[in-house]
Amino acid sequence: MLSLIPAIALVLLSTGIAWADDRPQLTVYTYDSFVSEWGPGPAVKAEFEQFCDCDLNFVAAGDGASLLARLKLEGERSDADVVLGLDTNLMADALDSNLFAPHGVSDLDLDLPIDWIDEIFLPFDWGYFAFVHDTALSNVPSNFEELAASDLSIIIQDPRSSTPGLGLLLWVKAAYGERADKIWADLADNVVTVTPGWSEAYGLFLEGESDMVLSYTTSPAYHLIAEEDPSKAAALFSEGHYLQIEVAAKLTSTDNSELADQFFEFMLTEGFQGVIPTTNWMYPAAIPTAGLPDGFETLIQPETSLLLSPNEARDLRLRALVEWRAALSR
Amino acid sequence: MASGPQSLGWIGRTGIAFAVSVPTIILLSVAAIISVAEAGSGLTSGDWAALRFTIWQATLSAVISVLLAVPLARALARRNFVGRGVVITLLGAPFLLPVIVAVFGLLAVFGRNGVLNAVLETFAFEPISIFGLHGVVLAHVFFNLPLATRFILQGWQEIPAERFRLAASLGMDTQAINRHLEWPMLKKVLPCAFVVIFAVCTTTFAVALILGGGPRATTVELAIYQSLRFEFDLRRAAFLALMQIGIMVLLAFIAHRILAPALLSHRMDRPVIRWDGRGFAIRMIDYGVIVGAIGFLLMPITMVMIQGLPKILSLPAVVWESLFRSLIVAVSSTIIVLGILIPMSYAAARRPRQSVWIESAGLMSFAVSSLVLGTGLFVVINPIMRPDMLALPITALVNALATLPFALRSVLPAFCQAEADYGRLADSIGLTPWARLKFIFLQRSKREIGFIAGLAAALSMGDLGVITLFALPDTPTLPLQIYRLMGAYRMQEAAGASVLLLLCSFGLFWLLDQGARRVEI
Repeated sequence: MLSLIPAIALVLLSTGIAWADDRPQLTVYTYDSFVSEWGPGPAVKAEFEQFCDCDLNFVAAGDGASLLARLKLEGERSDADVVLGLDTNLMADALDSNLFAPHGVSDLDLDLPIDWIDEIFLPFDWGYFAFVHDTALSNVPSNFEELAASDLSIIIQDPRSSTPGLGLLLWVKAAYGERADKIWADLADNVVTVTPGWSEAYGLFLEGESDMVLSYTTSPAYHLIAEEDPSKAAALFSEGHYLQIEVAAKLTSTDNSELADQFFEFMLTEGFQGVIPTTNWMYPAAIPTAGLPDGFETLIQPETSLLLSPNEARDLRLRALVEWRAALSR
Repeated sequence: MASGPQSLGWIGRTGIAFAVSVPTIILLSVAAIISVAEAGSGLTSGDWAALRFTIWQATLSAVISVLLAVPLARALARRNFVGRGVVITLLGAPFLLPVIVAVFGLLAVFGRNGVLNAVLETFAFEPISIFGLHGVVLAHVFFNLPLATRFILQGWQEIPAERFRLAASLGMDTQAINRHLEWPMLKKVLPCAFVVIFAVCTTTFAVALILGGGPRATTVELAIYQSLRFEFDLRRAAFLALMQIGIMVLLAFIAHRILAPALLSHRMDRPVIRWDGRGFAIRMIDYGVIVGAIGFLLMPITMVMIQGLPKILSLPAVVWESLFRSLIVAVSSTIIVLGILIPMSYAAARRPRQSVWIESAGLMSFAVSSLVLGTGLFVVINPIMRPDMLALPITALVNALATLPFALRSVLPAFCQAEADYGRLADSIGLTPWARLKFIFLQRSKREIGFIAGLAAALSMGDLGVITLFALPDTPTLPLQIYRLMGAYRMQEAAGASVLLLLCSFGLFWLLDQGARRVEI
């Protein structure tokens, strides 16, 4: 217990130091894996603080979808200046909340698979959802029907809290329409567990709890580049892969509006975009001059790219959620 | 003697005020829940599934706990061995054990990379998964097998020794004793044990949060949390909370009909002397059962200790910060419990005719689980201020209210006894309320108060319930921090933090429980 005393002293001291600091604070709510030590958070913070004369504080608020829930809950009272990590599937819902202000960045020069015109939401990276598996897996399915018919175990994320979870819901919906509930009913016995966020799911998969995990086509690049381990692959699905475009937005309630604007300008420069491929393991929204890192060329390229418009996604979400819960609770 | 024997004094009046305000807080939260609950939408299939799962897992957990407890209690009842007292004390320990620590330990034993699967794999068996129904039930059996065993063991001790002697002199064999002595007792005790464990398991939250795994294994309490945190759907959360209150009220009704008066305080340190069951085989079976049960209960905790102890000193600062927060919550919660408990007991002891309603006022928090109470307070607070700003005070308050029923059950009788013994004397020498409290009530109930203080601190320290509804991700308590570390698969740090939590929970309990006995008043 004696070691407690210095620890408490340290805590008190460090909060004291934080109070004494009068530099402007930019508070950015984001998802858990963004701020983890191996995620983009630390590098982005260091880069931005080099010239902003401010403190950039990332607050991890669960996975992407729970970010929006949290902001709705806090409303005008939120400390957040910027939210980073919503996606197109949540944009219509987010817009309805009236919590967000225009980003103010004009003449966007983006490398996205689709044209981007939106005044509120600014993309920072993108990727395709995919089921990731070990290359030792023998019977890799090539579509949802094969996966559902197999006895492969999968881990997915909760669509209510996680953007990959929601993405999967809409992926199945976009690919199968009215037949989506049948697919889910067949998939139900493959699902080992449903986690609240991507981090938990991927961690469980790496611990060997399942054969496949819902992640991204870019996830194998992490193992290949960071760990020199070529043993992970993403399964190419014949229905096509659902596209995720991750966006950031400014809160209307911010009292650091100019700093937030400065952050948005920075978000599309090399300092931010350059670290995305090898920390967030996604495609950067604006490809840096050096191009993508070696290893990215090995990733699978979906033949069909699926994406519902923000309004379609909002309108389908509730019904798809009911189908999902009904299928998985049997 | 201006005030007379019925006088309450300022302490008693405070007690009456609490006896009014505690139910008021609870009713206010329920009213708030009713006012926002989604009316008319009916139960969705997901809600039905949550309700079904809640009942089903609670039934399974209670049945399995009770069935396993019978042979264990019998073995403990008829065997006398060195360390028997320790084993029985150990059976009380899970009550204080933080849920997150137990779950971590169970994962270390039964998880995919756990000890059991390593053994299974060596013999080329398919590995088992701990997620879902069986994981939830396993954790519940871990927590409730000891409780059930204590219940049943007490039943055994209450069979008068003379009857066993008589049975022996009549030449009854084990089967006959079973039929004539044990079965009638079990018929009385088992339903009680079942109902209590069933009730405990219906309010399960942390276990389902970690081991549930998807809509298939979602309890009503977990669904409340998900509506609130994932979807910010207060109306839905409130509706689910009403569902949970419904379950509790129904249970209270059933319990009222079949439950015998509280069975918790009797002595169990004496084995029953019996003349049957002396055969070698039966002895071996009994000891086998005892060793098996101890292994099942100790293994997870041992695993946590082995993995966590070496990591304690290298834990990151965030863990120490969360420990600091948890200690504040635990201490505040203890102060709140005692602050409410002592005046209420004082009032009840001074006004014996009103003691029934004063005690019922405290027991009301049994009807609302702490997550439901938390939801209600959330609904009340949200329009006024950001609920997360009050995360720690609310956690302390809700935990205090959850402990209050136990506290009153244990302390009130001691106060009443002290009043009966010394009340008149105190009146005749005109003791002030303060002096009366100090010299008569506190002096005579040090043990009970110390025990309750320890209990309140330990429960609050380890709570992973209401805090999840309120807390900001960046200011977690220690249990919440461990949950996060597990989510991020930083298992080493989670193990270290678990040991820290374990030591603090039991340490606080020991400190307060033992400390109070030594206090000179």
